[in-house]
Amino acid sequence: MFKNLQNLLRQNIREYGMYIALFVIMVIFTFTTNGIFISSRNLSNLLNQTGYIAVLAVGMTLVIVIRHVDLSVGFLAGFLGAIAAIALEKWGWSVYAVVPFVLGLGVIGGLITALPVARLGIPSFVASLAGWLIYRGLLLLVTESTGTISVTDPVFVAIGNGYIPDIPEIGILNGIHKVTLLLGIIGIIFYVVNEINDRRKKQNYNFDVLPMNMFAIKLLFVAALVGGVTWVLAGYNGISWTVVVVLAVVAIYHFVTTRTVLGRHIYAVGGNPEAAELSGISVKRITYIVFGSMGLLSSLSGILFTSRLQSATTTAGTLFELDAIAAAYVGGVSAAGGVGKVIGSIIGALVMLSLTSGMNLMGVGIAYQYIVRGAVLVAAVIFDVATRRGAR
Amino acid sequence: MSIPILEMRSISKTFPGVKALSDVSFQVARGEIHCLVGENGAGKSTLMKVLSGVYPHGDYSGDILFDGAVQVFKGISDSQRVGIAIIYQELALVPEMMVYENIFLGKEIRNGIVVNWNETIKRASEMLKKVGLDVNPAEKVRNLGVGKQQLVEIAKALSRDVKLLILDEPTAALNETDSENLLNLLKGLRNEGATCILITHKLKEVMAVADSVKGFRGGRTVCTLDAKKGEVSEQAMIKHMVGREIDNIYPPRKHITPGEVTLEVKNWNAYSPELGRQVLKDVAFNVRKGEIVGFAGLMGSGRTEVALSIFGNPAGYDLSGDLMIKGQKKELRGPEDAIKHGLAYVSEDRKGNGLILIQDVKQNVCLANLLEIAKRGVVDGNAEVKVANGYKSSLNIKTPTVEQKVVNLSGGNQQKVSLAKWLFVKPDVLILDEPTRGIDVGAKYEIYTIINRLAQEGMSILLISSELPEVLGMSDRVYIVASGRIAGELPIAEATQEKIMHLATN
Ligand SMILES: Nc1ncnc2c1ncn2[C@@H]1O[C@H](COP(=O)(O)OP(=O)(O)OP(=O)(O)O)[C@@H](O)[C@H]1O
Ligand SMILES: [Mg+2]
Repeated sequence: MFKNLQNLLRQNIREYGMYIALFVIMVIFTFTTNGIFISSRNLSNLLNQTGYIAVLAVGMTLVIVIRHVDLSVGFLAGFLGAIAAIALEKWGWSVYAVVPFVLGLGVIGGLITALPVARLGIPSFVASLAGWLIYRGLLLLVTESTGTISVTDPVFVAIGNGYIPDIPEIGILNGIHKVTLLLGIIGIIFYVVNEINDRRKKQNYNFDVLPMNMFAIKLLFVAALVGGVTWVLAGYNGISWTVVVVLAVVAIYHFVTTRTVLGRHIYAVGGNPEAAELSGISVKRITYIVFGSMGLLSSLSGILFTSRLQSATTTAGTLFELDAIAAAYVGGVSAAGGVGKVIGSIIGALVMLSLTSGMNLMGVGIAYQYIVRGAVLVAAVIFDVATRRGAR
Repeated sequence: MSIPILEMRSISKTFPGVKALSDVSFQVARGEIHCLVGENGAGKSTLMKVLSGVYPHGDYSGDILFDGAVQVFKGISDSQRVGIAIIYQELALVPEMMVYENIFLGKEIRNGIVVNWNETIKRASEMLKKVGLDVNPAEKVRNLGVGKQQLVEIAKALSRDVKLLILDEPTAALNETDSENLLNLLKGLRNEGATCILITHKLKEVMAVADSVKGFRGGRTVCTLDAKKGEVSEQAMIKHMVGREIDNIYPPRKHITPGEVTLEVKNWNAYSPELGRQVLKDVAFNVRKGEIVGFAGLMGSGRTEVALSIFGNPAGYDLSGDLMIKGQKKELRGPEDAIKHGLAYVSEDRKGNGLILIQDVKQNVCLANLLEIAKRGVVDGNAEVKVANGYKSSLNIKTPTVEQKVVNLSGGNQQKVSLAKWLFVKPDVLILDEPTRGIDVGAKYEIYTIINRLAQEGMSILLISSELPEVLGMSDRVYIVASGRIAGELPIAEATQEKIMHLATN
């Protein structure tokens, strides 16, 4: 049994490596902070802070998969966050108009970056570096006169700070967020049923499946993880709207990348652009779509961030792009193209932000924090490359 | 007989789900040309990778004795050090560097820390003379044809005092003349005392050069034939490799009266802005329903350019002229559009632009026609597996499952995946660019049978091939392409190798 587990881990180390790393990091910080790290309040904050990087990391995953990079996303997020603040506060727009408007601007921003890349073959590094400069300038331009713009609209502020509502107290489970708990349980059931179905289908096709006991351990592990997190969150304010947004983004992108024709085309372009083109896939179109989606997620990130801070600042979005890129690489994206999973990048984002949060709680100086995060990034990528080579 | 230069003893090598080599023992005598033949996936390339240290000691079981000593190679550089050089089918030259730089790459001639270019050029010229290659050593490698690049590779190997030269399907991408040159060079080297191992699927070549032949099947050696004893014959090799006899390499074909013209090109000109020259001039040809039309010509004569320019022009040539599909004039905006109009193109370069190596067999097979197995944009994973398994058995693709990454397949099996991908598109006009490159004799027969059946069912087929017997054996009509023009057209009854070569070279 233990042997089995060892074998399983060895064979799938690449896939499970990140989860294990995240788990280990969380355990370590729980000990070094006397449990504060795993407290409801901290975990809840951690997830909310991960939100605006996580959505960027999702988009960046696809950008890197098609062998490009987008450096402009940080300041695009900052700039669009400021636009949202201005539209709300200065122009007096309703929040229900502002959000779609800003998301639309994001898509346009992404497409503009894609234009020279797709049409003229300009390296995306250069095109998006230009975007980085331009959006930084634009951000300064719109915030210069006023400085920080604070946002008071309650609905908008709730996106980054609010929690989903709960049903009134019913006598049992007092002080526990019952809707959160319920959602967690539904999520676990959904996952388990899905996995069992999948396994059965694979068996029907005579594919290799995990041995029964290993399969059970895997289900148990995931269920315990989701259950644990849900329980902890339910003990505080429950699931925040940020988490809902991130989960929705991840679910949609996971579905699109793994199940749809579009997803296949994206990975095909990343795996071998010439072969993809000859297979009737327009590499240009895929480039526009991926950068457009990146722009959309940048504006979403800007909205989350502005809402969380309840204001737009002159430096909003600084270094977001690098955090997103780091998260994607920690999550197993390959620079050679064609390889990388959305879920992996989310875990990568969680790893990086857990490090920050844990070290903050421990009172580690910011200088050391950067060094540690750099070391973890490079270690993750080395691990990834080494295991990939071993797998051949 | 003196002691063999190489002895490999009970070598076994396993990949997940595949036993690539089981208990293979193998000897090569000093100064001979030893040919390895065998079906696709039989383990020939794997054995050579074991020998050259690509799979390091410990990754396989068994012993290697080279030059009288047991060898433990940890990597390619170890095997190079003792005098083993391997030349892969995919060339390992740096295209942007000059010939002489390539020849001494990694083994530069130095004065202290600076490279001695004069000496390098001088020595490179000597090497080029030795392999009989008449090019300027300062030419960029990318400007040379594949045949010449192959010779540069050999020059590079010879510059490092090789005792054993291994060539894995060196002639797969060469035309007849270049192949002949290469084989003559090998014979010359043998007469000077060098030892060669040659992997090839072209049995004629084996007949021409082999001193001994080793046959492989399913990861085992099945025969050893000695040329001096007169054991080497095509029939014998086929029988051992395929396990049955094939009398006729080209399956018999009912020449039906072809139907209406499906594809026609007139006054077709293409200018390549990238190369800065005209690549096609006044090309005109047509193909009818149910017809197989051969395109013969030398390497680089423009056959692939013809195919690409009509298949949506992905290379971005400036085109002029008329392209007619089923009698209607069309302008295709890209490969996507071309596929919609019923065209399909099986690329000659499966690794470069034919397949996505890091993806698995089923993904590659279905890639060009995903919509057929998708509902509202969502791919039906089960249908995908079913389709891929269908082609796996009909084309006899050797892979444990269709979930195997294509990069892990043997060369010939990769070619079959590339073919399967385009068969699944079910086109009206199928353009095949060197479709049997690297494919074993048995599988060739199967592929020819499939091509014939498709034609009989009404598909129009353009067959581009550098193997004249293949063109002659399969086609109803032959166009000869030379320097970007159609140099001639021959009905099959009038076509002979001599006539074709005459047109192709003038
Ligand atoms: N890296 C790998 N991972 C998994 N399987 C592999 C790998 N390399 C080769 N194989 C398998 O090992 C077997 C032998 O492959 P090999 O490339 O040696 O065949 P080959 O005789 O050279 O065939 P061909 O004539 O088609 O080139 C094949 O079944 C192939 O799929
Ligand atoms: Mg091979």
